[in-house]
Amino acid sequence: MDLGPQLMLASLDGAVGAAVLALTALGLSLVFGVMRVVNVAHGEFFMLGAMIAWFVASNIGGHPAIGFVGALIIAPLLVGAIAASADWLILKRLDYEPEATIVATIGLLYILQQGALVTFGPVAQAVEAPFNHRIEIPWFEGSNVGWGLFTTSYKLFVIAAAITILLAVWLLLSRTKMGLVMRATQLDRETAQAFGIPVEKVYALTFGFGAALAALSAVLIVPIQQADYLMGGDPLLLSFIVVIIGGLGSLRGTLIAALLIGMSDGIISVFFTPTLAKIIATLVVAMVLVFRPQGLFGAKAQ
Amino acid sequence: MLEVKGINCFYGDVQVLRDMSLTAQQGEILCLLGRNGAGKTTTLKAIMGIVPARSGSIALNGESLSTLAGHEVPKRGIGYVPQGRRLFAEMTVAENIEVGLLTRGKGEETREKVLTLFPRLRDRYRQRAETLSGGEQQMLAMARALAIEPNVLLLDEPTEGLQPSMISLIRDVVVSLKEQNVATILVEQRIDAVLSIADRVVFIENGERRDEALAADLKDNLDLIHKYVGVS
Repeated sequence: MDLGPQLMLASLDGAVGAAVLALTALGLSLVFGVMRVVNVAHGEFFMLGAMIAWFVASNIGGHPAIGFVGALIIAPLLVGAIAASADWLILKRLDYEPEATIVATIGLLYILQQGALVTFGPVAQAVEAPFNHRIEIPWFEGSNVGWGLFTTSYKLFVIAAAITILLAVWLLLSRTKMGLVMRATQLDRETAQAFGIPVEKVYALTFGFGAALAALSAVLIVPIQQADYLMGGDPLLLSFIVVIIGGLGSLRGTLIAALLIGMSDGIISVFFTPTLAKIIATLVVAMVLVFRPQGLFGAKAQ
Repeated sequence: MLEVKGINCFYGDVQVLRDMSLTAQQGEILCLLGRNGAGKTTTLKAIMGIVPARSGSIALNGESLSTLAGHEVPKRGIGYVPQGRRLFAEMTVAENIEVGLLTRGKGEETREKVLTLFPRLRDRYRQRAETLSGGEQQMLAMARALAIEPNVLLLDEPTEGLQPSMISLIRDVVVSLKEQNVATILVEQRIDAVLSIADRVVFIENGERRDEALAADLKDNLDLIHKYVGVS
């Protein structure tokens, strides 16, 4: 097969990965930005989203689209609620001490992971896509026959849905009262409280919201990828990579880094191996940490 | 109306306020004087509920503030201009004022009132707070606190590092608030600024209230000021 079509396909798969990664990493970035909590359990919220999506989809009968829409609503809400209560039960009692919250979220990681194993079982589960039309890539149509010359409508939907959600989050943060309150808390917790902002509620809400974003991106990807209780590792690693490269707490940096890492992960995985893709991404993180510790778009520590 | 009775506050194990008491009446400007580290800022933070009082009580018009959650205190009508302004630096002037308005659900009318008081902020309305000059930042910190339409205003060194024209503007605003029956508690280092607008002065040393005097009496007799602040 020619390089051209192969590259195009790899880019499309990369774009799907980048879109989902951007959503997941945004959740991690928001939690760190507002609460200064490094949430090691973030990947498990992703996993929970995928498992709940499977559970919902397989228990709602009828057309796969009904189950998918159900999962799209139920999974983020449920995962968000679980995360918010974890914040209230654990993180709040540690007074959001940076070191303590890292250890606590590592513990939370195992609780959620093993909880999922006990609840949903060890088997990888597939979720049927709500629609999955084969779309020929017009440029090459007829010129070649092979596995690689089409994409599916669902993959394009994932990209479009992720962009829509990212735009919605940006509008929420920049244009609404809730966004204003979250940003004020992020910039100066003490002063925010001195102006009537219930900081603890904002924290619980932010932690829940960040987890819900991870769950949402998991629901989007699960018809392509399958769900199992150990799937949280990769999204966690990639989210950290993205957030460190982009600059912690920087929305714009997170999006650009997600695009960069997601695309290169997709392309390198197709042409070489997924392992090489991870090696390169991790190397980039090391370089960023050495030469630009605040990330590409992060502000210098004050 | 605002009554602080025998509060004790700690940073970790270190006691920073000992049996601190003070009252501020409607339409009164009360000034806290004392050297650096005496506990003036902590007294204001204790009133705001930022530093918890382990014992003693703080009440506004008979309602206890010290038992409320920290974020409920400003909703009772206490505006706070913290030391060093503490603006939301990356947010615009408009958004900083909006945070103040949200505290007690005030709207357009209050926004206009505040912007009329500080017209310069109107010109800078869409700029980020960190791009303002020092004086403008202080105006914004005042505007944000006034956006809650306070009954009590806590001012922590509002004239620090400002040029004289700005100082007199802030002074005028404080005096006009007095006419609107707002109680103001002012922490200030500049003796002349204090004596010209304060009604009463409370002297603080080592986290304790040591003395109290009417500002009018201090003008002729600087002994107390020499004793507790150590400058003329």
